[in-house]
Amino acid sequence: MSGHSTYVPKSAFGKWFESRLPIMGLIHSSLLTFPNPRNLNYFWTFGGILAFMLVSQIITGIVLAMHYTPHADMAFNSVEHIMRDVNYGWMLRYLHANGASMFFIAVYIHMFRGFYYGSYKAPREVLWILGVIIFLLMMATAFMGYVLPWGQMSFWGATVITNLFSAIPGVGETIVTFLWGGYAVDNPTLNRFFSLHYLLPFMIAGVVILHIWALHVPGSNNPAGVEKKTEKDTLPFHPYFTVKDALALVVFLMMFVWFAFYIPNFLGHADNYIEANAAVTPAHIVPEWYFLPFYAILRAIPDKLLGVMAMFGSIAIMLFLPWLDTSKVRSGNYRPVFQVFFWLFAINCVILGWLGSKPAQGGYVTASQICTAYYFIYFIVVLPLLGLFERPKPIPVSIADSILGRSGSAAAMASGAAASPNTKG
Amino acid sequence: MANSGSASGHTEHTRRDFLFIATGAAAAVGVASTLWPFISQMAPDAATVAAGAPVEIDLTPVAEGQIVKLFWRGKLVFVRHRTAAEIKSARDVDVASLPDPQPDSARVKEGKDQWLVVYGSCTHLGCVPLGNEGAFQGWQCPCHGSVFDTSGRIRQGPAPTNLPVPPYAFLSDTKIQIG
Repeated sequence: MSGHSTYVPKSAFGKWFESRLPIMGLIHSSLLTFPNPRNLNYFWTFGGILAFMLVSQIITGIVLAMHYTPHADMAFNSVEHIMRDVNYGWMLRYLHANGASMFFIAVYIHMFRGFYYGSYKAPREVLWILGVIIFLLMMATAFMGYVLPWGQMSFWGATVITNLFSAIPGVGETIVTFLWGGYAVDNPTLNRFFSLHYLLPFMIAGVVILHIWALHVPGSNNPAGVEKKTEKDTLPFHPYFTVKDALALVVFLMMFVWFAFYIPNFLGHADNYIEANAAVTPAHIVPEWYFLPFYAILRAIPDKLLGVMAMFGSIAIMLFLPWLDTSKVRSGNYRPVFQVFFWLFAINCVILGWLGSKPAQGGYVTASQICTAYYFIYFIVVLPLLGLFERPKPIPVSIADSILGRSGSAAAMASGAAASPNTKG
Repeated sequence: MANSGSASGHTEHTRRDFLFIATGAAAAVGVASTLWPFISQMAPDAATVAAGAPVEIDLTPVAEGQIVKLFWRGKLVFVRHRTAAEIKSARDVDVASLPDPQPDSARVKEGKDQWLVVYGSCTHLGCVPLGNEGAFQGWQCPCHGSVFDTSGRIRQGPAPTNLPVPPYAFLSDTKIQIG
């Protein structure tokens, strides 16, 4: 994918094969020798973590599908069957359910990394847009997966989310009926959601390949936000970044398995252990935590169509981010005013998430409206204007320079150590 | 042969142009007609439609002030035996001031003011509103806070319309048929 493979097959078979399908050269150039900016910090390890989570979800999911029954009368019991009867079924299900949450934790960190360091800016616009598409596919997949256990939250979550489409003027009701395959969420809905839940991860995998392809054209962005120019700016992917990614992955997995083994239901809802009942909506219905900020935006607006438009708009606006941010400086490290607005935006998103978990009454609604306003103002007003008015700090000439600049203190430390060589620390 | 048109420099329509357009048109019709079954299969199937036959309900056991739930075509329906006070509160309102203006008399059968029959799913996003709740003691939706009055009309919150009245008729004074 980097275009210049230096791979030379050693064996005769390797040469024979490479001349027919140059896949080893592709792997060699994109995973081993690929020159990465040498200053990448740990925020750049989440791409690898996400790739791992996708594979993990697919593997646990395929196994769960072997024991699950996608029928309205049997789905709930088949999930209990997985939990009680299937060998290690409890573990596979908890890994899959918590894996979805971990996938979203990782993707949100990955996205905010991009927001802060301007990873969406030229020449990485297509890379960014592919990422937004992956995010949308992830949301659809997670939503449909949550419906499959056919508990109360599954059923009413499915009802509320599919009903979003009824807001479309004229054809809305027909679209919803076609989504359901009936006049309410029922067995046909469960069947098709199961089918799509199995399909979409493979579509994600396809877009991930495009995402990595688009990444390997310019290479990774980096904390300094300046492009790599010479070999001094880079290090080969292996061993430097394979090891860094691996360490980050291990730490991440520790958190993942801690959730899966010690608090497997912490991120879920007790109501989903009650079988779906079409006659009773749970008193307090909320989506999974990773949808809460968008749910808060939906509820902030007291008009059905506008609320739905605001919710979808809050994601769609990310597609235009590369053109909304007018600043020539890529990395937030060199944009003092941007930093203030960025952290406000990040905190705002967390508050929106919290508001999404609260009942839609009184002060919560007002607060949601204020936060929703800031969410959109950040994209539509702050980012376009900041590029015109902000006075950024001087950016480093090169990646190597940005590191040497920092090693000024390292040199001072070294001389200090040299002055008193017998004292440790 | 392939370049004969351009080689001679003529821009007149050739048989090749005709074949190109005809093939394209046939392909478009073919794609559309192949696509249709894949879209149509998403619609409610014959069994689901057949299950939409009318249902009858005996009103005798429904006490005054009680709301009963039943399903018709997979959709939840509320049958509410309204008290005199509930009917009064539904009628003592300036219809024009409502978000979805509709007089209470248009939502019940004539002479059967005590019986209100409405769909039991919120017109916002489909949750089941809770009976005898909210500022108007009609219904309140637990999902996004829409408030309905004792006529099932939207009064507050994000729901755009009143709870719809399903097609039904009184077979006798104590029996209705929905559908």
